[in-house]
Amino acid sequence: MKSLAELAAIREKMKDKVVIREGSGDVRVVVGMATCGIAAGARPVLNRFVEKISEEGLSDKITVTQTGCIGICQFEPVVEIYEAGKEKVTYVKMTAEKADEVVEKHLKGGKVVAEYTISAVNA
Amino acid sequence: MKELSLNILDIAQNSIKAGASNIHILLNENEETLIITVRDDGCGMTAEILERVENPFYTTRTTRDVGMGIPLLKLAAEQTGGEVTITSVSETDDPVNHGTTISASFFKNHLDFTPLGDIVTTVCTLIHGAPDIDWRYEHIYGDNTVLLDTKQMREILGDVPLDDIEILNWIRQSLSEEYAAL
Repeated sequence: MKSLAELAAIREKMKDKVVIREGSGDVRVVVGMATCGIAAGARPVLNRFVEKISEEGLSDKITVTQTGCIGICQFEPVVEIYEAGKEKVTYVKMTAEKADEVVEKHLKGGKVVAEYTISAVNA
Repeated sequence: MKELSLNILDIAQNSIKAGASNIHILLNENEETLIITVRDDGCGMTAEILERVENPFYTTRTTRDVGMGIPLLKLAAEQTGGEVTITSVSETDDPVNHGTTISASFFKNHLDFTPLGDIVTTVCTLIHGAPDIDWRYEHIYGDNTVLLDTKQMREILGDVPLDDIEILNWIRQSLSEEYAAL
């Protein structure tokens, strides 16, 4: 394994951050990672959300988690966004590029990207 | 699946759902063959269920009726002349030593061999999805080994969660550097 000393350094730096994390999770981005999601390309979508949210410094407010099959396999990769006090938003047929846009417009800008949601695709 | 690393990502989800505390992913590779083994200490399966898991119309899931994970792995292995074997001990049969081992062999020079693909991202994705599990990832290629062991990492990290972005980045770099050195 890579230098474990580096891990120790990360741990030192993280001491304060661990406390902050307790209050985190105002917004949850949930990516479907069952067979259907993975086969349709969920892995790069998930990773783009994780990277982009970290790049934008939003990690304390937004958590990215994985879930199994939610039963709409034909729309995979599916991403659900849960925000306290708001209705759940379901994005379908996602790609890494669309993930960037959702972070920019929805998670940063507060505006749902309507054309990628299930109601737009299913209409 | 376009990459075997995606099959691994998918198959390992079964171990997570089986409530495993330890999951060991082992890739044993030489010029001609690749053997992928995923071993867990989860709840295991009874002989009756084990008989049915290779059937796509068997699934424990309630959201849909089809379970394609194992059939897809089986297809990927068999189309190269390889095979999938599953052994399992159910918690109900042995409350102490239970778990499942799934092993898939591939002939790499076969035309229908699916490339391994981005295995580093698969490992990072698995740890991100189940940071409380102890993961051991081992890729033996001839005389060389790439290794990641979260137990060893936890000895240093204490209670810092593995799904923190800095830790995930360290894992990605660590594995990428080891692969680059092969």
